[in-house]
Amino acid sequence: MVKVILTGSVSQMAGGLTEMDVEATTVRQLFRHLRERFPNIESHMEDDIAVAINGTVYQDAWFEKISEDSEVHLIPRVGGG
Amino acid sequence: MDNSLDMQFSAGGKDLKYVGKRTKRPDGVDKVTGRAQFGADTRLPGMLHGKILRSPHAHARIISIDTSKAEALNGVKAVVTRDDFEDRESEFVPAGEMMVNYRDMVRNIMAREKVLYDGHAVAAVAATSIVIARKALKLIEVEYEVLPHVINVVDAMAPDAPVLHDDLITDGVDPKPTKGSNVAKRIEFKLGDVAAGFAQADEILEKTFDTKPVHQGYIEPHACLASFSESGSADLWCSTQGQYLVRAHCSKLLGMEISKLRVTPSEIGGGFGGKTVVFLEPVALALSKKTFRPVKMTMTRDEVFRSSGPTSGANVRVKVGITKDGKITAAEAELKYQAGAFQGSSVQPGCMCAFAPYDLENVNVVGWDVLTNRPKVAAYRAPGAPISEYAVECVIDELAERIGMDAIELRLINAAKEGTQTAYGPKLGPVGFVEVLEAIQASDHYKAPLGPNQGRGIGVGFWFNIGGETCVSMSVNEDGTLTLITGSPDIGGSRASMCNMAAEELGIDVDKINPVIADTSSLGFNFLSAGSRTTFACGMATIEAARKAIDNMRERVAQIWEIPVESVIWEDGAARPASSNAGEFDPMTLPEIALMAPKTGGPISGHAEINAQGAGPGFGAHMVDVEVDKETGHVKVLRYTVIQDAGKAIHPSYVEGQYQGGAVQCIGWALNEEYIYGEDGRMQNSGFLDYRIPLASDLPMIETIIVEVPNPNHPYGVRGVGETPIIPGLAAMSNAISDATGLRMTELPMSPPKVLKAIKEASA
Repeated sequence: MVKVILTGSVSQMAGGLTEMDVEATTVRQLFRHLRERFPNIESHMEDDIAVAINGTVYQDAWFEKISEDSEVHLIPRVGGG
Repeated sequence: MDNSLDMQFSAGGKDLKYVGKRTKRPDGVDKVTGRAQFGADTRLPGMLHGKILRSPHAHARIISIDTSKAEALNGVKAVVTRDDFEDRESEFVPAGEMMVNYRDMVRNIMAREKVLYDGHAVAAVAATSIVIARKALKLIEVEYEVLPHVINVVDAMAPDAPVLHDDLITDGVDPKPTKGSNVAKRIEFKLGDVAAGFAQADEILEKTFDTKPVHQGYIEPHACLASFSESGSADLWCSTQGQYLVRAHCSKLLGMEISKLRVTPSEIGGGFGGKTVVFLEPVALALSKKTFRPVKMTMTRDEVFRSSGPTSGANVRVKVGITKDGKITAAEAELKYQAGAFQGSSVQPGCMCAFAPYDLENVNVVGWDVLTNRPKVAAYRAPGAPISEYAVECVIDELAERIGMDAIELRLINAAKEGTQTAYGPKLGPVGFVEVLEAIQASDHYKAPLGPNQGRGIGVGFWFNIGGETCVSMSVNEDGTLTLITGSPDIGGSRASMCNMAAEELGIDVDKINPVIADTSSLGFNFLSAGSRTTFACGMATIEAARKAIDNMRERVAQIWEIPVESVIWEDGAARPASSNAGEFDPMTLPEIALMAPKTGGPISGHAEINAQGAGPGFGAHMVDVEVDKETGHVKVLRYTVIQDAGKAIHPSYVEGQYQGGAVQCIGWALNEEYIYGEDGRMQNSGFLDYRIPLASDLPMIETIIVEVPNPNHPYGVRGVGETPIIPGLAAMSNAISDATGLRMTELPMSPPKVLKAIKEASA
């Protein structure tokens, strides 16, 4: 199981949840779990979310590996000017 | 990106010949001689001229639009209104890396039920001349029901405020409201226990700050040329930070298949985030679709101010607790950002960045996204961050003064570093904030004496930086030169930076590489030139494409030499035997290999299609000396230094250019720039005479110090440098004025009348 921390609007999307344990070895599996757990979440939820794994931020990286000892944060996606 | 790709870190491993060098800018000559083609320079035979009728009201219901007289005018070929754009569902959908609500976008490019700000587009005309188009606009009859308006963010949140969208229900509050308001969203970031943290503090300071909307101030106005064919396909030339996003938005709004629209980016005369959205482009396409003639549209400066996308104005409350020995124990902030007429301000990144420079245990930041009767905001370098970090840095500076500690020392005690748990989520990887602060302390500027009525201020800033989808194609030409095709508009010298990296990889003279910016039909998808991503992400793709081209050439040479490809290495622009065991062969240079290409398998090229990950956060600081004229309130900038971690400066001149440009924009934002509205809700200073950006004569030479703490996720250590320079300067200017006058101003801009008023009030 991987411990996943949710912050900001991501936490709000998940009904205020700030932490959860997930069985996932990739980012895609993590998102699938999130959708199953929160079926009412917006269909494009994951397009609004970035995943930080051990401090490195990934956006649109379904196949990025997650291991049990990874530090995983779901954070709002960032753009820029 | 393909994360299995072994992106060997090269910067520390060998002497670099081109990376880090001030090579000649490939597009420089054309830009200084006027040959370069900007948005308004493109022309086609039979071209029509498009103009837009804009709302004179801040808020009004559109009762009717009668275009019959305009359509009857000789020379008018087409008129479009709301009826020419199909309505869209209200949902946020991905467009590239962005979430876009096309229901809002279709209403922003052409008003439907209501006009929502002064300058909102109501109708557009295409005519055989600009004069006729302008005459036609006067013949369009629009009947309005004028409604009450609201300009200020705090006023817009009041329960009795005029509401822009009755169906806008605030997201992120519990219980969810049942009635529409101007508050689109509440967001919150929490870390630790702020109440407990404040209980440990020896000093607590709470202040509220106001900032005004400002414009990016790009010199080149929005401009485009659209040409629709009877076949159903279209061409569009425009000034943009992202031709692929323009294609996505316009094809959606026009109901076209993406492949039917080709968008060619012109050279760009500044964007800074303001050219990441569409305004004229879909309208020009709609006019061209009606006439099957090319339609050219160019905004006037008045239109750029009133009808494009400035940044938010805001109201920000910051509270910080600190011990006597300088340790921050708790920090909280509440940010209220104007979104303009449609939801989607930059308050979220504003929240995330507010305290990011510091290693804190207890943080709480709340943000509000608020609609007002102003143009919908767009990004402006590090969107959201300058405002929140300005307020925080002013409070940090005042707290340092209260406990009698040097402001840099206080920041060093609390500085974010590798392993710091941020309030917005992840722990930081290797970052260079401490190195930036130490570089300030070591600088001549920091030690220089100040005279009477002079003050010195420092501010710091953080921005995430991003990667994203990127394609690069590199072709080896018959004579051994290379064509490097990228899809990222060159907004800050990226052609030169890409050539430096390609030359470094290939081991050839940088002048042998010709960089080309592709149109949307010539290269796969590329995200915007935005978010400080181009040198990082496009650089990674360039390096990968170069390495693939090298592998291709090694394979050819291996076959010629009849040895395994593993026995051929690439060094100094030539294929060579890996060792004497591989055989005795003279090196084969790139031109020699190119010449033989037809006989060894055909054209040689390297392509990369990646989604770049692992952007390295950027930290910077600005230090400024000012002199305040206590009789007039005028603030003179005496000396200004920008210090920032670039990771690795691929082309130092363009890194310095980013630093200097950001500093100048900070000075303008801090001292003079603001949207001024009358009681009628109309903008009163929509021109550069009345909206005063800094001139060269207002400025000293902006000094720069490039700090290099490599980003381990990029082959040369690049972080990206375009966003961070806009952040620290607002607080640095405010802190400098405070140091010079002993007064703490809490409102931007600190224009002469406001400074003078503060001085007089203090002396009274």
